[in-house]
Amino acid sequence: MTTTAPLQVERISEVTASDASLRGFLHGLPGVDQVGAEARVATMSSRSIKTTAKQWAIDLAISMIDLTTLEGQDTPGKVRALCAKAMRPDPSDPSVPRVAAICVYSDLVAVAAHELRGSGVKVASVATAFPSGRASMAVKLQDTRDAVAAGADEIDMVIDRGAFLSGRYLEVYDEILAVKEACGHAHLKVILETGELGTYDNVRRASWLAMLAGGDFIKTSTGKVSPAATLPVTMIMLEAVRDFRDSTGRQIGVKPAGGIRSSKDAIKHLVVVNETAGDDWLDPDWFRLGASSLLNDLLMQRTKIATGRYSGPDYFTLD
Amino acid sequence: MAGKKFTYAPAPESRAILDLRSSYGLFIGGEFVDSIDGRTFKTISPATEEVLAEVTEAGEADVDRAVQAARRAYERIWSKLAPRERGKYLYRIARIVQERARELAVLESLDNGKPIRESRDVDIPLVAAYFFYYAGWADKLPYAGFGPDPRPLGVAGQVIPWNFPLLMLAWKIAPALACGNTVVLKPAETTPLTALLFAEICQQADLPPGVVNIVTGAGETGRALVEHSGVDKVAFTGSTEVGKMIARSTAGSKKKVTLELGGKAANIVFDDAPIDQAVEGIVNGIFFNQGHVCCAGSRLLVQENVADIVVSSLKRRLGTLRLGDPLDKNTDVGAINSAEQLARIRELSDVGEEEGAERWSPPCELPDRGFWFPPTVFTGVTQAHRIAREEIFGPVLSVLTFRTPAEAVEKANNTPYGLSAGVWTEKGSLILWMANQLRAGVVWANTFNRFDPTSPFGGYKESGFGREGGRHGLEAYLATGNRGRDV
Amino acid sequence: MSDRLSVRKTYKLYVGGKFPRSESGRSYEVTDAKGGFLANAALASRKDARDAVQAARKALPEWSAATAYNRGQVLYRVAELLEGRRGQFVAEVAAGEGLTTRKAEAAVDAATDRWVWYAGWADKIMQVQGSANPVAGPYFDFSIPEPTGVVAVLAPQGSSLLGLVSVVAPVIVAGNTCVVLASERAPLPAVTLSEVLATSDLPGGVVNLLTGRVAEVAPWLASHMDVNAIDLVGAGSDQAIDLEVAAADNLKRVLRPTDEDWASEPGLHRMLAFLETKTVWHPIGV
Repeated sequence: MTTTAPLQVERISEVTASDASLRGFLHGLPGVDQVGAEARVATMSSRSIKTTAKQWAIDLAISMIDLTTLEGQDTPGKVRALCAKAMRPDPSDPSVPRVAAICVYSDLVAVAAHELRGSGVKVASVATAFPSGRASMAVKLQDTRDAVAAGADEIDMVIDRGAFLSGRYLEVYDEILAVKEACGHAHLKVILETGELGTYDNVRRASWLAMLAGGDFIKTSTGKVSPAATLPVTMIMLEAVRDFRDSTGRQIGVKPAGGIRSSKDAIKHLVVVNETAGDDWLDPDWFRLGASSLLNDLLMQRTKIATGRYSGPDYFTLD
Repeated sequence: MAGKKFTYAPAPESRAILDLRSSYGLFIGGEFVDSIDGRTFKTISPATEEVLAEVTEAGEADVDRAVQAARRAYERIWSKLAPRERGKYLYRIARIVQERARELAVLESLDNGKPIRESRDVDIPLVAAYFFYYAGWADKLPYAGFGPDPRPLGVAGQVIPWNFPLLMLAWKIAPALACGNTVVLKPAETTPLTALLFAEICQQADLPPGVVNIVTGAGETGRALVEHSGVDKVAFTGSTEVGKMIARSTAGSKKKVTLELGGKAANIVFDDAPIDQAVEGIVNGIFFNQGHVCCAGSRLLVQENVADIVVSSLKRRLGTLRLGDPLDKNTDVGAINSAEQLARIRELSDVGEEEGAERWSPPCELPDRGFWFPPTVFTGVTQAHRIAREEIFGPVLSVLTFRTPAEAVEKANNTPYGLSAGVWTEKGSLILWMANQLRAGVVWANTFNRFDPTSPFGGYKESGFGREGGRHGLEAYLATGNRGRDV
Repeated sequence: MSDRLSVRKTYKLYVGGKFPRSESGRSYEVTDAKGGFLANAALASRKDARDAVQAARKALPEWSAATAYNRGQVLYRVAELLEGRRGQFVAEVAAGEGLTTRKAEAAVDAATDRWVWYAGWADKIMQVQGSANPVAGPYFDFSIPEPTGVVAVLAPQGSSLLGLVSVVAPVIVAGNTCVVLASERAPLPAVTLSEVLATSDLPGGVVNLLTGRVAEVAPWLASHMDVNAIDLVGAGSDQAIDLEVAAADNLKRVLRPTDEDWASEPGLHRMLAFLETKTVWHPIGV
């Protein structure tokens, strides 16, 4: 089958050979018409997901959550509580699936890794001078190595948006490449911080750049910049991973993060996954939701479906 | 590709909101009345073939009664009413349409077969918007550019098609009434119900009796209306064939005529297009409303160097379309409106195959009852194929290729029709050049099938004449100069 | 008085910027209002009408794509030349319509002024007739008038110059090209007008002028599938019905005959009758 993407795998090294070739490639990607993209998302958002479909989607969404705490006030105690919740989101209902991962700062990775050992819940750590990305390369790499050494299964790095926006694509590429190497066996999620990129065209270019450089996941946001994950951005990124796989045979995951708070939002994201990238991405290995408060809303909806009545926040743990 | 994992459970819109009667009369002089000869016909749901209601068939004498009622209302009330008051009636109607939007949407989808998502999100909101827009014109006509004291024409005879039943009614009735005319409207025989519900809305709005009259029936009823000597204005939306008959039958009369007819629009995709949005535009262009759209983008002209990419993306996207129950909120493609139309689509599609074009449809289960046709794409089509020239009026896309902008224009314009066209490119100067060159009344650039009450719509060449919508749309209902020797 | 023998003029058709005789080789006698012989005019045939339509179609792309400013200038230049031939037109109009010299002068002057009036519309009609449409969504939406294409014009029978100018100028000012069938009874001013047009900057084929019988030529124009519109003002009532029926074959825009007072303010409707409205949509986004 002919593919939508203009790149064959054997050409990747050519593309990344120089700043000029990389620039030529990224700017040669088909543009994104903002109005058309948003109209498409609006149509998908109007899907009516009810009954059995809703039940299935809620459980899938829970299993895709990267349960996140990224605050200055984070403590080992807080992280331990979060880990308990990750493994058993609803203590009164063992049928609730565990979440995909816990996401913390690198200094708390060891605590999380200890708590989660053998549970199947992964430990993800932000790194590379999160959230701004403004530090020397050496610091960023050390940050990464520390997190991996402490037991992180996944590294969420931020790209240098300044370099990206000023057109120094090769610099961004090299940085991702270096971090990927520092990750060793850990999976690398590349945070594009789409809220700072300004256009969907840039989101598409940054997505391709991250994938070319070897990122395992592309992630929308740090959660520290508004807007964070939006449905159109998620759709553009899903189109990118879809086209990238068509071109190269390599499947990349997508993680919208930040701003997804309600079950309704989460289900809309799953609809967009379903109708943009399809079945292969409807799996916690390939799609994640970076969130914290979302989990409780999903649990409340789940209870509503099971019991037939609306639940309240008092019935769910706050961590 | 639409996955198999995430199956959307049925999400049917409830019919409980509808209070459908078992039979409907003609709406003449503000009341529902029987026909003189008592003839009736049944209207069915094309999705299930279930009989929805029995509807009265208006004969010549009934049409005559309706025209007389409209004439009386015109002379005694409507033409004497202060323009501001006319406007207020239209505002009332717009508001009632909004209040009863769900009911109208459900009925439209039942009677027409179109997905509730479209009737709910497109048709009915636009109906309200057209009434709202033209309501405001009623007392501003001296500023519309048609002279200081523009006059109405009198009684308008309006015949509308089945593809957008209530929306076409709004396109016709709103400007007619705003300009001070009264109307006799004939909805299509397969989709009369929302027009009859609209008659109830007129009653609810206390619209003076006779200002709006609805006569139901088939072609003969339409002919009687168009040819009636008491009609001052004929407005028709439908096939080019019938449009020509109307142009002949009104020749030499004083009737002002506007015709909105068929099309065979080219949707032109250049190699620098935003491909994902272009694919959406292609889908929206030909599969919106099952392709029952006069301005449908039924010819995809794609630049040769991206043809494979565009076609494969398109096919993948078509795999996500959901065909089925029009009342299900997740349905994208509904039922074909009638057995007759289905036969025509089948016939032309078979011809396409016989002529050597390659036929493709996504895997798609068709319901057992009702009239259904899967989204269909023909590749390897040339200008000489019938499927590239004739209006199919169904979910069938013909794909042709071109190499240069000039070739795209040449192929796009190589048709007797000239209703609409689409252009997809990120190059601004090319968009404007194409827009200049295309002989079509509406050019959608990097979008398709958008409608708005402020935006004039209508065709070049055999797609008809006159414009509907916007300030331009007023002209069809005002005496603005040449109407015939005796004026 | 000199006894010099005058050089008589041969009145020919004007097609594609050239002056052919009728391909049929026929001509007909043109008389003054009292029946006195004036000249022989070419009697156009079906094939002349066909050739004229072809010439008009060929001239359309260039003329319709000319800038409005250029069209206005070309038309104004025509008015200058009309003025220069004033004496000749007055004589022809007086003879053909049976007017006094004073009335003929008034008609010729009005015709020149009418031409100037229309020339000025070239770069204004789009502003008056176009619009930006405030649609409810993130789109820029505008409507502009465009020429309908090739227009057949049956010129008024009575007013051989003022009427003629009043129906030809509005057709071409907005970029249409036309085939004109001159007043059957008084065609000489039309032929002289064609000589004016030929020496002006108007590209050949924009106006094609035939002389002959309405009954013979008009049906071919009305039924011609490559003619986009027809002005029936020069047709009789009964003829007009048949012509309108024939025009329906390709849904020509039809301007029905009316009793016009050519001296009065013309208004826009003759221009608007041969304009299409094109609406263009484009999204607004980043």
